Amino acid sequence: MSLFNVFNISGSAMSAQSQRLNTVASNLANADSATSANGTPYKAKQVVFSAIPSKSPDANGVKVTKVVEDKSPPKIIYDPKHPMADQKGYVTMPNVNVTEEMVNMISASRAYQNNVDTMNAAKTMLMKTLTIGQS
Amino acid sequence: MINKLDAALSFHQNALRVRGQRQELIAANIANADTPNYKARDLDFKAAMKNAMSGVVNEGFNTAKTSPQHIDGLPTSAPSPGGAMFRPIIQGSVDGNTVDMDVERNQFADNAIRYEASIIMINGQLKKMLAAIQGQ
Repeated sequence: MSLFNVFNISGSAMSAQSQRLNTVASNLANADSATSANGTPYKAKQVVFSAIPSKSPDANGVKVTKVVEDKSPPKIIYDPKHPMADQKGYVTMPNVNVTEEMVNMISASRAYQNNVDTMNAAKTMLMKTLTIGQS
Repeated sequence: MINKLDAALSFHQNALRVRGQRQELIAANIANADTPNYKARDLDFKAAMKNAMSGVVNEGFNTAKTSPQHIDGLPTSAPSPGGAMFRPIIQGSVDGNTVDMDVERNQFADNAIRYEASIIMINGQLKKMLAAIQGQ
């Protein structure tokens, strides 16, 4: 029954989008982390989506296949009072682009909502199907 | 006798199945709205419906036979979905994704309404049959 598969597909997309939202939260939270567990500044993380086959041949679900580190260069600011500053007074800050992350956040939450709507519509259709022959 | 009742309902039964398949495809498009290089797909409803009505039997249930006396598995009566096709690109995007959310939402709602319309038709047919049987 193909309508039941809608739940699997939309569910996979919802978990992928929530993982994306998680990385956005991590990036925003660490936007000012000049140091991390390995002593280097935090690097922004980005998720990579890819389509995965589902039960039926043409309808694909979504999966986060990997989480990559953002390749953009770190921000260098001048702050001699900062404990992480080098001899010349420069501090290497994370390469998190806050504007970009905010846009990413809105996009992820809208995509999540879209999938919730899809799921609700499929549920309504199935419930209507169950009423065939009644009344 | 039952066959005739079956035949009367078969059109909308097939319609429901094809609508269900289409709903699934559109749901997959919406799910993959952010997947790089994903190409949006849709059914040619007319062709799929024709396919479903002509009763194209797909050999979905073939049992392994180790002796010539074994009988074949029953052919499933579910017709093949009638091949999904890629949607024409309206506005391309840099990551190679061709899902246009407006089109998908629009088609999704349209398909859901038509699905429900088929259900209402079936209910109407059932009512008519019941009236004929009861003769009241």
